[in-house]
Amino acid sequence: MFDGYTTSEVMSIFAMQGFAGLSLFSVFVLMALGLAIIFGQMGVINMAHGEFMILGAYTTYLTSGFFQSYLPSLFGGYFFIAMILAFLVCAALGALVEWLMIRRLYHRPLDTLLATWGLSLIMQQAYRSIFGAREVGVELPEWMLGAFNVTDLVQLPINGLFVMIIALLIAGGLYLLMYRSGYGTKVRAVVQNRPMAEAVGINSAGIDRATFALGCGIAGVAGAAFTMIGSTGPSSGQAYIVDTFLIVVFGGAQSLIGTIVSAFGISQAQSTMEFFMGGSMAKVLTLLVVVGILMLRPEGLMALKVRR
Amino acid sequence: MKMNKQSTTGGTTGRWGLGRFKLLAASLVLAATANAAAPPTEEVNTTGLAVTDDTVTVGILHSITGTMAISEIGSVQAEKLAISQINEAGGVLGRQVEYVQEDGASDWPTFAEKARKLLRQDNVAAIFGAWTSASRKAVLPVIEQYNGMLYYPTFYEGLEQSPNVVYTGQEATQQILASLNWAAEEKGAKTFYLLGSDYIWPRTSNKIARKHIEDMRGLKVVGEEYYPLGHTQFNSVINKIKLRKPDVIFASVVGGSNVAFYKQMKAAGFDFTEEDPLLLTISVTEDEIRGIGGENVEGIYASMKYFQSLDNPNNEEFVAAFKEAYGDDMVIGDVTQAAYLGPWLWKAAVEKAGSFDIDKIREEFAGIEFNKAPEGYVRIHENHHLWSKTRIGQAQSDGQYKVVYETEELMEPDPFPEGYQ
Repeated sequence: MFDGYTTSEVMSIFAMQGFAGLSLFSVFVLMALGLAIIFGQMGVINMAHGEFMILGAYTTYLTSGFFQSYLPSLFGGYFFIAMILAFLVCAALGALVEWLMIRRLYHRPLDTLLATWGLSLIMQQAYRSIFGAREVGVELPEWMLGAFNVTDLVQLPINGLFVMIIALLIAGGLYLLMYRSGYGTKVRAVVQNRPMAEAVGINSAGIDRATFALGCGIAGVAGAAFTMIGSTGPSSGQAYIVDTFLIVVFGGAQSLIGTIVSAFGISQAQSTMEFFMGGSMAKVLTLLVVVGILMLRPEGLMALKVRR
Repeated sequence: MKMNKQSTTGGTTGRWGLGRFKLLAASLVLAATANAAAPPTEEVNTTGLAVTDDTVTVGILHSITGTMAISEIGSVQAEKLAISQINEAGGVLGRQVEYVQEDGASDWPTFAEKARKLLRQDNVAAIFGAWTSASRKAVLPVIEQYNGMLYYPTFYEGLEQSPNVVYTGQEATQQILASLNWAAEEKGAKTFYLLGSDYIWPRTSNKIARKHIEDMRGLKVVGEEYYPLGHTQFNSVINKIKLRKPDVIFASVVGGSNVAFYKQMKAAGFDFTEEDPLLLTISVTEDEIRGIGGENVEGIYASMKYFQSLDNPNNEEFVAAFKEAYGDDMVIGDVTQAAYLGPWLWKAAVEKAGSFDIDKIREEFAGIEFNKAPEGYVRIHENHHLWSKTRIGQAQSDGQYKVVYETEELMEPDPFPEGYQ
């Protein structure tokens, strides 16, 4: 495969391929964190995760339109505002959904599955009615397009770098929130033993709502970030949902670290195989390996050891 | 779901030209009285189709919900526009055309079920519909069983020729061969990289392309790859393209993947206006560019039979009518135009046969011409496909194509190309 290429060409391709793997990794982490929090901490499988991401993307689209019409001078920085708005909008909707629907369905995992799936259909059709069935184009400021030319052959896409930084910030922030804050302590207490946590005065219903809202908010930020690399349409969220579940389940449902490790493993495997044998085959092999490992370790890569 | 019954009461609904219908209503009353000249129903309809003394009912069958709605809505709009124009011009055999619209919901069994409903329950005289090859294949046995007639608008992979379908889009060889010749002759291309989504249309198209490149022209294919539908990460294939340095990337990526692919190509430092490599696509129409963003595709070439920017009087009228009906921000892609041809070709065939009967129309298809086609001129081949010109357009930053090449002659449709299978 590398016949007739100079060493420097081959090295540059490997460098860029390494970057492609890392960039896929950060995309996976962003996709999966929101779902992992909700699934891991509350045991709720949010089938509407992809639609929350697209809500974030549409928020970005609207913000971009607003800045173009009213504040064109600040257009270069609109993306940061859009991400904050995406978080707030999705978190607010998440809290509402939890209050209206999810909280009545705890302890009925199959019913939440069905309810959130129904929610995803409703959201898709709502997008279709409001924004039209066609995909919308989200315009990006000039500085976010193009690539850094490290050498003549090595070019690093700016949007890939940007997604990486966001993924790092969110993962870091989440770690601090979960393991270094009072809220995190309470969440973990509720996960480990709900009656006991309630007995010591933790408002477990409030914790649940906040956690669901947080997960949806992160999905929104992910959706906002993905307007740089993917499409924004009523059913675009479906493209992410399978990979997202794969990563969360493979990582072990109750472990955020597991999610990150699994995202890393799957992204590296997939991007390497894509390079050597093409997209469809890479996907098939990745899925086969994941199925194989889950058969041996049904609880996922990093399961929390709890007494049942 | 019966929408937009265009009756003499003028009580019309629907998304287009509401105002114009108020006016139209008055003229329809006049038209109805003039219908005395129309041939009697028992003569023009011997098989129990939904034809009365002053109306005829047809079916529209596309996805207006689900993942394919993005693509199919343009076709629905075009078909409704054609029907309304036909009605304004006096209808078909003196009868106003009404339609029943059904939603295929992006689900192939639903398409089959709705086709059965249109044919058995509504007895429609023609069906304008289906979009993906999968939906056409699902509808096909139903249409053949009940002897209906489907007017199918999408460019597709060929290898099919049903007596119950008229294919108003291009089949694969029409779209591919001319564009590869153009790349080799005009642009001096020697090496090609074939890239597509993983389903029947890109795979068949690339099979034909590879045969043509290697066997007919003696040039080289340096890569051929497929990615699952909905795939959003193209960095690995972009690296491979950088390594192989093809002269031409021949792309048939579809749907949401398209957006991801072109955004990531752009981000990886590709500037298509430099034509190094040149990107030639058979799947990006003006509709797709709206989602991708003109700045991300500026400079790519597309091979189609129709572009919105085509410079001819038919097309000027068509674009103006389309925008008046649906809004100024509408764009019109290749398939939308092909869908617009369907009702007109049906009308021409019915009038030539002097009957709505499917069997009589079928006899008359070969040689039917349509001079008012926005793409210029088309003629139906005896294999039920259209003779049409193939054009190469270069994408501009405003999302429109500029036509840089068109074949001198009409391309003959050849759904079973010899030597390419």
